Amino acid sequence: MAHTAVAHQHVDHHAHEHHGPQGILKYIWSTDHKMIAMQYLFTGMFMAVVGGYMAYVFRMQLAFPGISVPGFGQVSPGEYNALVTNHGSIMIFWVAMPVLIAAFGNYLIPLMIGADDMVFPRINRLSYQIFLASALLLLASLFVQGGGFGGAWTSYPPLSAVGEYNQTDLGSSMWLGAVALEFVAFLLGGINFITTLMNARAPGMKAYDIPLVCWMIVIASILFMLSVGPLIAGAAMLFFDQTIGTGFYDPARGGDPVLWQHLFWFFGHPEVYVVLLPAIGITIDIIATFARKKVFGYKLMLYTTVATGVLSFFVWAHHQFIAGIDPRMANVFMVTTLLISVPIAELCFVIIATLYGGSIRLATPMLWALAFMAEFLIGGVTGIFLGASGADIYFHDTYFVLAHFHYTFFPIAIIGSFAAFTYWFPKMFGKMMSDTLGKIHFWGTIIPFNFIFIPLFVLGIGGQHRRIYNYEHFPELAGADMYQLRRIATYALLVMLAFQLVFFYNCIMSWWKGKAAGKNPWQSNTLEWTTESPPPHGNWPEGLPNVYRGPYEYSHPDREEDYWPQNEPG
Amino acid sequence: MSAQSAAYPIDQRPVPTKREPLVSNGVLGMLIFIFTEIMFFAGLISAHSIVRSQTAGQMWPPFGQPRLPVQETAVNTAALLVSGIVLVITWFAFRRERQSAKIPLLLSIVLGGFFVWFQGIEWMALLQEGLTIQSSSYGGFFYLIIGTHAVHAIAALVALVWALMRLNNDQLVASQLATVSAFWYFVVLVWPVLYVKVYL
Repeated sequence: MAHTAVAHQHVDHHAHEHHGPQGILKYIWSTDHKMIAMQYLFTGMFMAVVGGYMAYVFRMQLAFPGISVPGFGQVSPGEYNALVTNHGSIMIFWVAMPVLIAAFGNYLIPLMIGADDMVFPRINRLSYQIFLASALLLLASLFVQGGGFGGAWTSYPPLSAVGEYNQTDLGSSMWLGAVALEFVAFLLGGINFITTLMNARAPGMKAYDIPLVCWMIVIASILFMLSVGPLIAGAAMLFFDQTIGTGFYDPARGGDPVLWQHLFWFFGHPEVYVVLLPAIGITIDIIATFARKKVFGYKLMLYTTVATGVLSFFVWAHHQFIAGIDPRMANVFMVTTLLISVPIAELCFVIIATLYGGSIRLATPMLWALAFMAEFLIGGVTGIFLGASGADIYFHDTYFVLAHFHYTFFPIAIIGSFAAFTYWFPKMFGKMMSDTLGKIHFWGTIIPFNFIFIPLFVLGIGGQHRRIYNYEHFPELAGADMYQLRRIATYALLVMLAFQLVFFYNCIMSWWKGKAAGKNPWQSNTLEWTTESPPPHGNWPEGLPNVYRGPYEYSHPDREEDYWPQNEPG
Repeated sequence: MSAQSAAYPIDQRPVPTKREPLVSNGVLGMLIFIFTEIMFFAGLISAHSIVRSQTAGQMWPPFGQPRLPVQETAVNTAALLVSGIVLVITWFAFRRERQSAKIPLLLSIVLGGFFVWFQGIEWMALLQEGLTIQSSSYGGFFYLIIGTHAVHAIAALVALVWALMRLNNDQLVASQLATVSAFWYFVVLVWPVLYVKVYL
């Protein structure tokens, strides 16, 4: 709907200059980076709705075992497994990555560095098409014979490798194929992001003049490119185990099931930082703009991020403390895991120091950015318990782990995306969003979010294991007090999902009859705010900008205005 | 233009000029892709090493499985390495006089094609001797790793043939040749590592 409007504007302004595809094709066959960003964004939002629906169904089953869930029906054990597995896969691979990296990376990188498009526009288009195919394949896998794959998003063999064990012969192969296609899509996107940032910057834009969000997305892409190879290797082996009966992960035939865990988590842990870094970049850009203050320690932040990225390749085995690895190796990985909280804490201090002494404007995007900080902090601090190998023996695979990573992933994927969406909405659609509705949606999301996951911490400490269909079968986990906490979490989820309707209403109404945004509604410095909203095809019709200074020159004492756009000479 | 505040120094910059990128887009994109490929092969090789080191009694190849053709493949390795060297010659010939690069480029493709063909012959023989992808993890890793490399080699050869066709029509530009060559160099240079780890 909304991207239709953007495309119309392109055609109105530039039909005589650009001879791209016409008609319906211009939405699905465009090579324009903004159109591809919209495709990723709307696909990601659709998948988020699917993932949220799955969460609703299995939370209902957990709180009220055996009831007929409205809108789904009775949940069977196999369906429950398929729901949790695909909820996790969708939220990470089909929501967090496409929205944070692909959508905002595609939209922001060329606009923020002053380029007219990505350097490989056709590869960019191919990237989205492969991504769409992967999403369709995943959704189709839920409806094949035997149902969707139910072996958890980590897909440990031998459960995932043998059809007799998982009972979803076709579903698990389709799941694996969808994940593999999704990686190919992001490989193509990552090559594009890195090359564009290095080669296509506006004249005058030096390395330290690049807005941090672009750096973060590109560093995240580099991490992704370096970590995904071993997982593709592992996935190929798993695929052959599933389909043609090889024995790479079968101990009876000389294989090694723990091998998969190493290959998976060698990717899986950097992946956490792949999605975290864009969210931090978005947060720091928003905080600088709404605190009207220069980012405290730009270079510190950049080097810290690189350090985080390097360290993130040496922590993966903390997911395997109880998988039978050597305790001496567990010690090493415990130390690296606890070490990585140092650079992350540094990033948080940079954000706090940027806020200190600023003149803060509490618009909706700023609220989301501050909430990201506050909530992510809880996720980070609870991670310390899990990183300590002794404590992890107890906490492993309990709801404490689940609550911990939701306190990291929810701020990243949901809060970070809402922060970015509300901040760049005026640029993307040319209209201001309603601030009142935005704030109602904000509080209606943040408060229930804490009510969902704080009870789950308590349940996890109480010994509630993950991936259990019905706690009635475990008398020590079926007490009335535990059911009360489970129901609090489920009720809070229902409230949170209901408040998302406010968001969709706000989007549609603001796009339809919102106030016109103008070029620079937030008085921001970076280059994307120097062109029209929404930007036309080619981004700057009157010629690409020159860059004279860094991106965060707010409240300079020698100037009348409290901001100083990057492209204004002297 | 305003006087600078001592507390907030800002460097005054002249009007910037457009710079040429250090590495062309195509080559840079290919290099980033090759880094991913290196990690991909590192994943395969480390998986192979782990399984091999855990094999009971260090029997590798396992009992009843044929040995791999070490000497024949050494010859084939030499063919592949020569192909890489000829491609270096192609590059310098192209820089001097475009059309003189045709013969070395063709030679490089022929040597690369010989490598893939000879590997195929070896596979047929091994299959007849009972080494299949399901027969053991030894066979599984052999066909997985060598097969992955073969797929890469074929893809790189297709790219080289594309470059030759463009050169024939005098449409080939230096950055295109460099991009395609970078991928072939990767295929050539990763092979000795695979040979040492898998065959020896």
